[in-house]
Order: sequence, then structure tokens, then C-alpha cells
Amino acid sequence: MRHFVRAVILAALVLAAGVHAGSAQDRPQAAQDEFVPVSELPQTEQLPAAPLVIAAYSVFWLLPFVYLWTLQRRMAAVDRELSDLRQRLGGARDH
Amino acid sequence: MASTPNLQLPTPDTRGPTATGGTARLGVGVWALGIAIGALLFVMTPRMIALAPYESTMGLVQKIFYYHAPSGITMFLSAFVAGIAGLLYIFKRQPRYDRMCLAASELTVLFGAMVLITGPLWARKAWGVWWDWDARLTSSLLLWMMFVACLLVRRYGGPGGERLGAAIAAFGMVNVPFVYVSVNIWRTLHPKTTVVPSLAPGMRGVFWICTLGFVVLYTLLLTTRARLERQRAMAEDLHLALEERSTQS
Amino acid sequence: MRPFLTAAWLIARKDLTVEVRSREIVATTVFFAVSCTLVFAFSLVQEGRTVVDAAAGLLWIAIAFSGTLALGRTFERERFNDTLRALMLAPSDRPAIYVGKLLGILAMLLAVELVLVPLVGLLFQAPLLAHPGLIGALVLLGTLGFCAVGTLFAAMLVRTRSRDVLLPVVLYPLTIPVIIAGVRGTVAVLASPPDLAMAQFWIGLLASFDAVFILLALWTFEPVMTE
Repeated sequence: MRHFVRAVILAALVLAAGVHAGSAQDRPQAAQDEFVPVSELPQTEQLPAAPLVIAAYSVFWLLPFVYLWTLQRRMAAVDRELSDLRQRLGGARDH
Repeated sequence: MASTPNLQLPTPDTRGPTATGGTARLGVGVWALGIAIGALLFVMTPRMIALAPYESTMGLVQKIFYYHAPSGITMFLSAFVAGIAGLLYIFKRQPRYDRMCLAASELTVLFGAMVLITGPLWARKAWGVWWDWDARLTSSLLLWMMFVACLLVRRYGGPGGERLGAAIAAFGMVNVPFVYVSVNIWRTLHPKTTVVPSLAPGMRGVFWICTLGFVVLYTLLLTTRARLERQRAMAEDLHLALEERSTQS
Repeated sequence: MRPFLTAAWLIARKDLTVEVRSREIVATTVFFAVSCTLVFAFSLVQEGRTVVDAAAGLLWIAIAFSGTLALGRTFERERFNDTLRALMLAPSDRPAIYVGKLLGILAMLLAVELVLVPLVGLLFQAPLLAHPGLIGALVLLGTLGFCAVGTLFAAMLVRTRSRDVLLPVVLYPLTIPVIIAGVRGTVAVLASPPDLAMAQFWIGLLASFDAVFILLALWTFEPVMTE
């Protein structure tokens, strides 16, 4: 209960900080609040977009799958270790 | 000193992994679900993204958005999970909260890396520069660095590193609004034409499906990583049991 | 409440007494802050002259670096004789230890800044002393925020390996909002004409940061410090 009350007080303080941040009227608008329609873009040189898009999507797919693959490998290693340990303990118990 | 580990070994479970962790592998059911959802979303989404209407001014490169923004959402979600788990571990000291905090911190770094690598790829075409101190990207960078610090401390902090990591995750989570506000207001002094468009109806559906896909992927990775930690903890307990046995005999 | 404040005051007084007698931390930190400022002055050169607008940024970088040093040194003292554990064993409110250490370190850093702020103003022709109230509030609240987070983590790192490098690694990302607010607030005060509304906004943000993180630190100090 005590922790809950403290968590609520903390959350209220963070909220108050947010209200303060949002309330100042004579401060300039935040750089990006919402999605804003593009009115005009700065002139950029003619860059082919396709390589960038391909690179981006490769990153999106590669990173999680490499991570998942390393997870699987580590799980297999721990699995082996666990069964080995269980065997040794089970064997020792049979003395 | 650690309490005597439970020496009752779980009997080999031929029915497949049980909730008490018969094997380290994920259950067949979980894999099936994961693959089904994954196939659905990750086979569906490229098609949907390709068919989505072109954004009028940015053209092809805007399509990075369909995975970039959901990665950002997932990163913030993960930071939140890590922070809550960290606080729970600090106060309750149960190992499962620590494992959840560790898993979520790692995933925050993973999804943050995705956001931070693909953001500049998009920016290069849309704004002409790789990095522009854009408010959202900068806030993501700071949050990412907080959780990299968390992982560094867990790795190199020696014993007691988990509590430190949990505290950093908690402080990092509470810091998110402050980082966002201060970077946002700071950036108004260097206004930049924003290139994030309002979502046209044809794009909205694709965006939300992609977000759903990422959240599902995140849940899968989180539970797998936490499970790996649990299996490691079990292995350590068995090691200790073996040592005690050998010193007794 | 009385015992809490008494305990905190006793700890702060102990630290300050040691410091007044040895003058070690303040002296070394002041010297470090001055050298730091000089390095910046020489490196940020444009057309052969120092960039004047850099004053606000340099001031806060120097505060951040000096703060890290002071935090490290203060807790190194505790580690040396394992006195931190003795403090934790004492029958007083644990968070009082946090408050006591925080006040001591804050006082030391404020002493350093008494030298640093005029020096930066002098070297970079920045009218830092023109609005002493605003600058004072910014420096005080910013230093307090930095120390609030720093004291907790420095205390946690006392028994850790690689603590010297881990403290900045942990501290700098977490205190970026303080640095941003401090720098932007100082820039607003130094602008001509001074943007008082912005300065007050950043002071408000610093105050909220301080309140939230001191509370969070008080809440988590005991659980994270006990074995």
C-alpha cells in the first residue's frame, strides 16, 4: 500500500511536469507534435530511393531474426547443459 | 548463502515442455502460433506496403515509415516494460522480475537500433542529411543510450549488477517524458520542415497491422529471452547442487 | 521527521567538516573545472578568437564533469574504510543517508560553481552576473538534479568494479534533460534582450525534474543499497 501511494505521488509529479511543459503560452511551439502535412520539401539532390528502402527493410528483418537465432542457439546450449547436469545428479544419487 | 536447491529433478516429460520447464525449447504450440502470426503479418505486410498508396511528396522512401514507426512504438513499449520490471525487482527481489527487466532492456536496445539505423536512411533521402537532430530521433537516441548503459552495467558491474541495471531501467523509464519535452523544446530553436505526413486512409490500415506485427514479435522475443534466463538460473542451481553433493561425499 | 532531518544533517555536517579540514575535493575540482574551461576555450576557436556564444554550453559541461569527479571522490572516501556499510547499519532512516550525502555534495559543488560561473563569464564575455537570480536558480536547480541522480548511482557503484567509468556511463544519459534545460536557460538569460519567459520555463522544468527524481531516489535508496 505504501509503495502504491508513493508510485501514485511520483506519477502525479511527472504529470504535473508535463502540464507545466504544455501550459507555457508564450513559448514557441514544439518542433513536432503530431503528424503534419508536408507543405514543401527542401530541395534534395536526386537520390535513388530504392537502395535506401531495401537497406532499411533488410535491417528490419535481419536484426530481429539474427537475435532470435542467437537466442535459439543459447537455449540449445543451456538445454544440453541442463540434461547433462541432471544425468550427473541422477547418477550420483544412485550411489 | 543460497538456500539448498530443490533436488527433485523433474521427470522427463514426454508430453512436451511443461510450465515448470521440462525442456529449454519453446513449446510446439507457442512456435506454431508464432509462425502462424509471423507468416500472416510478415508475408502480408510487404504486400500491403507495396500496394499502399504512394505518399505524394516523398514517394518510395516514405514506405520505410511502415516499419520504422512501429519499431519506435515497440522500443518505447519495451522501455516501459523494463522500467516497471526494474521497479518490481527493486522492491520485491523476485528473480523473475530481474529476468523480465533484462530481457526488456535488451529488446529496447534491439528495437532502438532498428529505429536509429533506418531513421537516417529515410532522412538521407527526405531531408538530404543523415542526421538532423530531429526531436523524435534524438529522444530515441537518448533512451537507447540509457538502456545500453543498463546493459553495460549488468555486464561489467560484477555482482550486484542486476540491481544497478534495474535502477537504471526504472530511472530511464521515468526520464522519458523529461527527455522528450526538453529535446522537443530545444529543437524549436532550429525549426525544420517536418516530413512526417498525416496518415491518408489507405495507409492507416497498413500502419496498424505492422504495429500489431511488431508487438507480437516483441512479445515472442521477450518471453523467449526471459525463458532463456530462467533455464540458465536452473542450470546454476543444479551446478550448486552438484558441488554440494561432491563436497558432502 | 526530526530524527530523519537530524540524521541527514549529521551526515552532511560530517562530510563538510572533513572537506573543510582537508579541502581536497573542492580544491581539486575547482582546478579541474578551470582547466576544463581553458581546454574548451582553446579548442572552440573561430577566426582566431574564442566563440563567445559557447559560454552557456561550456559552463554546463564543466558542471557535469566536475560533478562526476566530486561524486566519485566523495564515495571513494566512504569505500576506503567501508564506512558506507557502517552508515547503513546505523539505526537511522536509510533515506536520511541519501539526503545527507546529497546535501554535502551539493554544497561542495556550489562552492566550485562560485568560482566557475564568474570565470566563464569573464573568459567568454558573457553577462552571467547580470541576472544573478535567474542564473542562480538555474545553477542551483540544475546542480541539484544532477546530484540527485548522481548520489544514488555513485552510492550503488561504491562496491562495483569499473566504478570510475561506469558512473559517467550511467549518469550522462540520465541527466541529459538537466543539461539541456540548464544550457537553454542560460542561453535565454544571456540573450540580448534576455528571454525571461523561456528562462522561467526551463527553471520550472528543472524544478519538476528535481522533485520527481529526488522522490524516486528516496523511494528506491533503501532497497537498492541493502544486500
